[in-house]
Amino acid sequence: MTDRSTVSHLLRRLTFGPTAAEVEAALRAGVPATLDKVLAPVGHPASLPEVGAFRPGREGRADARRDATEATGWWITRMVTEPGAAEKLTFFWHGHWATSVRKVRSAELMLGQQATLRRYGAGGTGALVRAMLRDPALIIWLDAQRNTRKAPNENLARELMELFTLGVGAGYTEADVKAGARVLTGWRADRTGGTATFSARRHDPAPVTLLGRTGTFDADAYADLLVSHPAHRPFLAGRLWARYGADTPPDAATTARLVAQGGSTVAMLRALVGDPAFAGCRGRLVKQPVEWMVGAARQLGIDPERGRSRILAGLRALGQVPFRPPSVGGWPAGTAWLTTSSAQARLASGRALAALAPEAVGTLGDTARADRPDALARILVVDEWTARTRAVLAGAAGDPRLLLTLGLASPEYAVH
Amino acid sequence: MDTITRRRLLTAGGVVAAGALAAGATAYALPDILGFRSEEPNGRILVLVTLYGGNDGLNTVIPYADPAYAANRPSMAYPADQVLPLDDGLALNPALKGLHRLYGDGRLAIVQGVGYPKPDRSHFRSMDIWQTASPERPGTTGWLGRWLDTAGRDPRLAVSFEPVLPPLLAGARSAGATVPGGTLDLPAGVTSDILTGLGTPSAGESPERARAAACFADLVRVRDLVAGTAPEEDEEPDEEPATATGGQAPALDRQLALVTRCIEAGAATRVYSVSLGGFDVHADEKGAQEAILASLDGPLAAFVERMAGREVVVAVYSEFGRRVRANASDGTDHGTASPVLLLGAGIPGGLHGDPPSLTDLDDGDLRHTTDFRDVYAMLLADVLGADPEPILGGWTGRLTFS
Repeated sequence: MTDRSTVSHLLRRLTFGPTAAEVEAALRAGVPATLDKVLAPVGHPASLPEVGAFRPGREGRADARRDATEATGWWITRMVTEPGAAEKLTFFWHGHWATSVRKVRSAELMLGQQATLRRYGAGGTGALVRAMLRDPALIIWLDAQRNTRKAPNENLARELMELFTLGVGAGYTEADVKAGARVLTGWRADRTGGTATFSARRHDPAPVTLLGRTGTFDADAYADLLVSHPAHRPFLAGRLWARYGADTPPDAATTARLVAQGGSTVAMLRALVGDPAFAGCRGRLVKQPVEWMVGAARQLGIDPERGRSRILAGLRALGQVPFRPPSVGGWPAGTAWLTTSSAQARLASGRALAALAPEAVGTLGDTARADRPDALARILVVDEWTARTRAVLAGAAGDPRLLLTLGLASPEYAVH
Repeated sequence: MDTITRRRLLTAGGVVAAGALAAGATAYALPDILGFRSEEPNGRILVLVTLYGGNDGLNTVIPYADPAYAANRPSMAYPADQVLPLDDGLALNPALKGLHRLYGDGRLAIVQGVGYPKPDRSHFRSMDIWQTASPERPGTTGWLGRWLDTAGRDPRLAVSFEPVLPPLLAGARSAGATVPGGTLDLPAGVTSDILTGLGTPSAGESPERARAAACFADLVRVRDLVAGTAPEEDEEPDEEPATATGGQAPALDRQLALVTRCIEAGAATRVYSVSLGGFDVHADEKGAQEAILASLDGPLAAFVERMAGREVVVAVYSEFGRRVRANASDGTDHGTASPVLLLGAGIPGGLHGDPPSLTDLDDGDLRHTTDFRDVYAMLLADVLGADPEPILGGWTGRLTFS
């Protein structure tokens, strides 16, 4: 007998906001089959939106801005319409290799980077790191396009180790940053070509000592050194836990269990949701604004095309717009999302979402008034309301639209 | 130490003690601050300006007369005829016209070569170090938060106009106040009673859910509008550089306008924290840095002029400077020591501390000549009237103006 709150918890974490129907189906299928289905690579290849190639100059800039908005809307639609874990995993990687269109100024390159995250994001990280070192958007973002033998630019090598593969204090040194920068010299990207190219003339072929090995390395060898470094898998396990588990770090035993899965990200995710510590994560993870917004749109059956401008405006107010992370460090996390201004923004967005969801409002209206808070919990896949929230909802139950607004803004829905 | 962003510091697992934030609401409305009065006589006021992203100190306070400067930065060096001269072969970046005027009036102090031992070149770690004043090991409290712990613990004593409390204002037992801007429009049907209801604590709730509920309680109290401080729409100029912070602060001039209002209203607040992001430039740095320094110079000089005659001291710092030698992208990589700027009541203008050598380097980086804790100790003692030693973990050094 599968327990409702167990499958709800699983689906809330692995996917963007499960619908009541998805919870019912998972209850019938059981946990193992549900995991297989949710974690299976999604068959839908992403059919990309129409965006133009990069053109310099004022008009080109205006086009690039329009294209970026188009690409963002396209991705949100995909998040709302695709079931399963794939879109959320792609969003995880986007926040991890955080790159912003504000500097890249090309939707084409941002979508190209996303295609790489989709292609390699589920498997081992070796192929992913190799591909990202050739990713033109990342190269432009971290000023690596003019990293030459004469004077290497350290930015990419530093962030690669600090934020993308090993983590701070993982035993690499300043000398490793300098050596890593030299290894990556010669890789460049330009916005018009849309690809990264290697220029042997600009590359520094001299042997270096990198992470304890001395020799000549190319970008692939550097990537391989990083993913085989003892700090890499624990670091990745911690990052996954922070986004799928809880805002407090995993204990050593949990980390060891995730690391033991080998290097596949999906295998780690499967181990994460199967971990004994996972059940205790209920109510311990603050939803990122994108998770909150996309989840609500899915659960309320909102047409993402029709709601596009409201959804984007809401995400701007909440401080998280896809393709526009604030820095290479990615978005804030945890209770940093819980401020007075975000509470107010969730109320306003909740109201806007409720206006786009006549069906859900109708369902609530067709329910006996006393049962409406429970019906709302079913729609929003909330395990249970606290007495505090239930009292507020009961008071607003006469107005289904207000009821829905308050449910979306509630602490139980903001933290899952 | 986890580094999703510096905001991460505010989470239970980060730098700041959860207790400080769980201790209660930190959000206040502007009238709360404007009307804040204290039993104590109002002492001096500290306005701390944080520059996020590692401002290149050598192109801010420029050693243009040192041949090693131009030799290390062939395409990034400023020639003598473009800079704003100070003394001793130093000059200010051409974008810093207002500060240059203040220097000429003897009102800008430049502390040279400020840093700390074993410099960390991660934006995130180094900013932690500056904000917690703990270079040896990651601290769990901010240095001004610890001052607040000793100064009566009233959040209104230390105010930030950012949506999220900066870690430097979080103490062990208290935390500063944030005054979120924007208007408080509630959707139809959402009443104060509803907010109060949602803001009620619920026994047995996780700390994260409790925090989510507390936001509603805060919201009830933040009833007033802060005119003209709604967050910007997101269409910033495309050229805006990447920054090393998740900073969503209002523009610096708007933050300083709010500080001005509070000070002129006679608020008993002793510390204001404001910030400017966008210094994380690695390529084509010269133009980008000039633009962002200009956005610092105008509001800052105007603020200092307006505060003339008041007991207000301004301090400006960044998490690190940049390497002496330019990289190939007409930029510089993460470095170490950098100048700290001080302005205001009782601060004698001029150059202070020893200029770091451009030739005797530590692996290509400047060696710091003044520990930042010396600067903090001076600010704690002379501006806030506190004993710096317990707040700075037993640090006994102090900046003196010779």
